[in-house]
Amino acid sequence: MMRRLASAEFAVSSLIKATGYSAILFIVLIFIFLLREGAPAVLEIPIRDLLGSRWYPIEGYFGLLPLIGGTVLVTIGATLVAVPLGLSTAIYIAEVAPRWLREVLKPVVEVLAGLPSVMLGFLGIIALAPYIRRALDIPTGLSAFTGAILLGAMAIPTVVSVAEDALDAVPRTYREAAKALGATEWQIIWRVTLPAARSGVLTAIMLGIGRVIGETMAVMMVTGNAPVIPNGLTALFRPTRTMTATIAAEMGEVATGSVHYHALFLIGIVLFMISLIINLTGARFVFRQRTRAERILS
Amino acid sequence: MAASVGRRQWIQRVGFASLLLAAVLTVIPIVLVVGIILFRGAPAINLEFLTAMPSDGMKSGGIMPAIVGTFLLAIGTAIVAVPFGIGAAIYLSEYATENRWTQAIRVAIINLAGIPSIVYGLFGLGLFVLFLQFGTSIIAGALTLAIMTLPVIISTSEEAIRSVPQSFRVVSVSLGGTHWQTVRRIVLPQAVPGILTGVILGLERAVGETAVILFTAAAFFLPSLPSSPFDSTMALPYHLFVISTQVPGMPIQIQYGTAAVLLIFVLGMNLLATIVRSRARARRQW
Amino acid sequence: MSSPKISVRDVSLKYSDGKESLRHINLEVAHNSVTVLFGPAGGGKSSLLRTINRLNDLTDVEHLSGEIWMDGEDILDAELDLIKLRRKVGMVFARPVVLPMSIGQNLTYGLELAGEKNKDTLDRVVESSLQAAALWDEVADRLDEPAIKLSGGQQQRLCIARVLALEPEVIMLDEPTSGLDPISTGKVEGTLQMLKNRYTILLVPHSIQQAARTADHAAFILDGELVEFSPGKEIFTRPRDQRTEDYIEGRFG
Repeated sequence: MMRRLASAEFAVSSLIKATGYSAILFIVLIFIFLLREGAPAVLEIPIRDLLGSRWYPIEGYFGLLPLIGGTVLVTIGATLVAVPLGLSTAIYIAEVAPRWLREVLKPVVEVLAGLPSVMLGFLGIIALAPYIRRALDIPTGLSAFTGAILLGAMAIPTVVSVAEDALDAVPRTYREAAKALGATEWQIIWRVTLPAARSGVLTAIMLGIGRVIGETMAVMMVTGNAPVIPNGLTALFRPTRTMTATIAAEMGEVATGSVHYHALFLIGIVLFMISLIINLTGARFVFRQRTRAERILS
Repeated sequence: MAASVGRRQWIQRVGFASLLLAAVLTVIPIVLVVGIILFRGAPAINLEFLTAMPSDGMKSGGIMPAIVGTFLLAIGTAIVAVPFGIGAAIYLSEYATENRWTQAIRVAIINLAGIPSIVYGLFGLGLFVLFLQFGTSIIAGALTLAIMTLPVIISTSEEAIRSVPQSFRVVSVSLGGTHWQTVRRIVLPQAVPGILTGVILGLERAVGETAVILFTAAAFFLPSLPSSPFDSTMALPYHLFVISTQVPGMPIQIQYGTAAVLLIFVLGMNLLATIVRSRARARRQW
Repeated sequence: MSSPKISVRDVSLKYSDGKESLRHINLEVAHNSVTVLFGPAGGGKSSLLRTINRLNDLTDVEHLSGEIWMDGEDILDAELDLIKLRRKVGMVFARPVVLPMSIGQNLTYGLELAGEKNKDTLDRVVESSLQAAALWDEVADRLDEPAIKLSGGQQQRLCIARVLALEPEVIMLDEPTSGLDPISTGKVEGTLQMLKNRYTILLVPHSIQQAARTADHAAFILDGELVEFSPGKEIFTRPRDQRTEDYIEGRFG
């Protein structure tokens, strides 16, 4: 009986171990298959062309700069929306709001996190873009600006939840000590709590940026369709194209194995690398968060 | 020299007001979005809309196949993601020792969580659709969605498992239990509500995903419902995308209606997760 | 003393974090008696208990040497059937830990782990172990209620009953009354006196008075060392070692 129990136990724990390691397997698989379909692009397209300023595959132009430029433009804009609003909301929820308001605000922000990107893109086309067009009297509402607003809004929940965790993690004693020295709540927030939560807040911002960079549907639907290198401030109000939107928009019409096809996968590899870098840097803080949660829940 | 008390109070009042303003600016659009879609979409939703096939080039009739397709994708995703996710969570919290390999697993999970959805779409295309020759199919889409959903399930499940008090495990072992018996009889049952919440939230995201199914599973104009996992399918998010960007003359009612159905799906799952979470808290026996 | 139930021979233990170690402990636990281990906190009493039921295997032990003989077997042997050992040597912890189940399920849990499925057997065991722990009268009509609803003292007696359900030979209790009020404490101590007729009992008391009340034999453990081991009547009135006397007199600890 002992031996049967022991071998059943071993079988189960081996199975469990296998599922644990599967995460590594999947990341490796993703990397391999992106590489498999995207690496040929580097062989087929000279680097000089890849760094060119025209993306016009039909005529053989595979310059990535306009796409990267589009991503950068929209990302900067979205960050300018998401960070102030997100951080302020996080600070408000974590430090200022009375308990009942907290319990209302948090679920609402969570709802935003769950809203499908295509749905927000739909509203963007139908309502937001026309409104912006009329309000700012510009030729089209489908521009980087609209994209920035939409994406900024979508990144807010990410910023709020990570930043809020970071602020919560600051030990109560810090605040009490400052209070005993006569500081106002406001001063405590800015001089004690926020600096103490600095690394978590930076992570929140980074993860928010990562979220913006990776967004596809909403940005594709509202930023127009112009892979042009952004030129000057007015570029913000003209159509543009991000890396993600390019893949989504063009992959459907591309012949498998063609140069265009490989080029799109290459863009995918670039996006993968960017997200890898952002996540590895943010990983350190997430680890520390994990142990904090353990301490609280044990 | 510290500012006078009055001035400091004033700064605080302004500061708090601006924080509140930011919070309001964040919240109001959310309420507006949900409100607009529900308000304008509700009129289009009736029994026919939900249960009939589309007609007239999608411009009238119902969106039933899209709803069914979304269900099928969700089920397929759950079938794969749940066992892998819970298994990995059990491994990380109950069996793994803290070494290089375990760190690698955690890093892998964090990265899986951060990969852009369109990149998942490319991956699914490369591996499942082309290499394994599944073609554009429910199975290709579900497998890709499952891998994308793994991190959410793993992290919420792990947290749920870790929150079960260590003292239970010690008692179980002291009564002659093996590790797996302890996990199966005490830890897992107590962690189920947390795990369930994670699964629901993970599926909520999968249901709303378009970029992933763009090249792996979705089709727009299918004359009939899928009959096997290797068929492609219609799906709500993809349907919404196409009818709002690629079909000239699409009645606005149908667009809003489709968006509303999708929204109700998503909000419903959100609500379900909240209910599961709060009921679990109330019935906890420790 | 006739053949002891448990014979601890030259046991030394060291944890990775250096706390609560044991140094060359030699001790004999007699059948059907209450053997008390007392001494200041952190001295190693709990560690010794956890070594006897090999619960220490779950923690970071850096070094463990020596032998512990029970019924002709060395408990510290690597090949030992731990599950059988832990059923034979039951443990009650300082804070009552009831499992998140009903009262009845708490009691049948150990048996179900062992594969017992017969409903009649389980019911019978539930009643007999609750009787033995002097808890039956108080809970007989609510066996299906969550165990968490019981009072602290009742929960602790439930934990004792839970151990009894496995029909052990040795019962170890680590400060079992530390969280309890005087009445519950009295009930638990009374239960122990009843139990010693059928079981061998190892007790870490939470006060010297409790030690003096309950001990047939007593061991004074200080900084991982066994300082003195004598019959209960003697050690508290005429301790042989100065350190024992100092501790009993309250000069330290």
